[in-house]
Amino acid sequence: MSGPKKMRVDLALIAAMVAPGSRVLDIGCSEGTLIEHLFREKKCDARGLEIDMQTVTRAIGHGVPVMQGDADADLAAYPDGAFDYVILSRTLQAVEKPREVLAQMLRISTHAIVSFPNFGHWTLRLQLLLTGRMPMTANWSRMWYETPNIHPCTIRDFFALCDKDGYIVEEWLAADEEGARTPWRRSRALANLFGEQALFLLRKA
Amino acid sequence: MDQSTAQSETQHQSVTFSQGLALDCGRHLREVTVAYRTYGTLNAAKSNAILVCHPLTCDQYVAETNPETGRPGWWERAVGPGKPVDTDKYFVICANVLGGCMGSTGPRSPHEDDPLRPWGTDFPPVTIHDMVRAQKLLVEHLGIARLFAVVGGSMGGMQTLSWATQFPAMVFAAVPVAAAYYHSAQNIAFHEIGRQAIAADPFFYGGRYWAEGVTPERGLAVARMTAHITYVSEVALTRKFGRKLQDAAELSSLGDRFEVESYLQYQGSSFVRRFDANSYLTITRAMDLFDLAADYGGVLANAFKGTKTRFLLVSFSSDWLFPTAQSRAIARALNHVAANVSFVEVQSDKGHDAFLLEEPDFHRSLGGFLAGCAEHAGLK
Repeated sequence: MSGPKKMRVDLALIAAMVAPGSRVLDIGCSEGTLIEHLFREKKCDARGLEIDMQTVTRAIGHGVPVMQGDADADLAAYPDGAFDYVILSRTLQAVEKPREVLAQMLRISTHAIVSFPNFGHWTLRLQLLLTGRMPMTANWSRMWYETPNIHPCTIRDFFALCDKDGYIVEEWLAADEEGARTPWRRSRALANLFGEQALFLLRKA
Repeated sequence: MDQSTAQSETQHQSVTFSQGLALDCGRHLREVTVAYRTYGTLNAAKSNAILVCHPLTCDQYVAETNPETGRPGWWERAVGPGKPVDTDKYFVICANVLGGCMGSTGPRSPHEDDPLRPWGTDFPPVTIHDMVRAQKLLVEHLGIARLFAVVGGSMGGMQTLSWATQFPAMVFAAVPVAAAYYHSAQNIAFHEIGRQAIAADPFFYGGRYWAEGVTPERGLAVARMTAHITYVSEVALTRKFGRKLQDAAELSSLGDRFEVESYLQYQGSSFVRRFDANSYLTITRAMDLFDLAADYGGVLANAFKGTKTRFLLVSFSSDWLFPTAQSRAIARALNHVAANVSFVEVQSDKGHDAFLLEEPDFHRSLGGFLAGCAEHAGLK
């Protein structure tokens, strides 16, 4: 493994939710920065799942345990309760069956940590209202016909799904693009309007 | 116990175990010799040993000039000073497989009931698991209680899987490369063509060619040629030869020969000089018999239950002999038991042989994985 690297702020927020020494699966782990951090700083047994083969090669080359695969197809292979935390960061909106993926996450793990870009942010709402076309922002930067983000949702949508499927939200927060926590994080409605990123810590009821 | 035995012209470093070896077939070899080479230095804690398992027609000379062929070691791209399997850092062991013909007990070794003649076709059938049990004798003889890693490609990958399932506590990390957990009908079919070619050679004499002072060269060469085609991809063959002709710019007579033909014939003829036909029959059969899932009630995941070994599986995109689906199935089985597994398919158009060739992505993955494991194992 290489030396310590500066981590994205949202990854630091996620890392803060993970208890030391736990078993962790990071889905969409990219080059494994979070995995390495969790191993070094929290003595976690952390592994990754990543869809892009070149990225996997780089991660393994850095000594990080990563398996090529994707959330839609590969979670089914793991046994119940194999992990303490399964992390899905900025990927939920891009999977084929988000509800299935969430269910699998909370089958194979006690906790699920999910982050996603909030489609309820006011700039998106305003763009849709004023232009009548699909919004384009830094987060949502590709045209509707080529975006990998096929299942956008808002913070309130996500709360609704958790209610429906019986997941307990142990912790949640909204953050701006840099990942800094925002002051109105205790109000769902305000967070849904002003939060660019949402981060949830879930467990099964 | 250590000695050098004269089998052909070459002396091979080896060790003979007088307790012998119980085989899967139920027979017991009264004595078993394991020929091997080591590279690098075993540390004081004996914790830095890597066992490299060789594929079908390779041998223990993994990282040095082969004394029989005069050619470079078969995996010098991956094993050596500063290489992914770094002999400056790790103590590397490679043993000729049981059933082989480079100094380990095999069909060419003296028959245990009649040492004046070789075993020949009387040599009992061996399995991949038997090969691994013979290697275990060697590892223990070297005073090593736990291997830091077992690494192997193709049939070596099968041995790696056998190690990780038979003796999981002895394997900290396992790297099956271009491997399979069972030999498919297609794999067996190609091997059978080779075996039939050998059997059909008039110089085979039902396996007693050694008594006649001849070798079934034609048959063995055809076996090698057939196998060689399965080791390369269509793209690689096309790139190397296309429809180019030997000694001619364009097809002028129907007697002209294509370059790929003479290449294959060269592959065949160079092989017969170094390989024993009965060994080839024994080892190909051992591969055919390999089915790790069947050994565990038909469920591959059961083979890995409770494993603490860290795995890296590597496949190559154009490998149609041991395709990516095989490696992925192994990775999924390891997921089933929540094992620590890394898996990558290296993009390559070189076919099964890619694991022996210059593949920077593979070498980076292998080196990085071992370095990461070294940290987890507390190796400095």
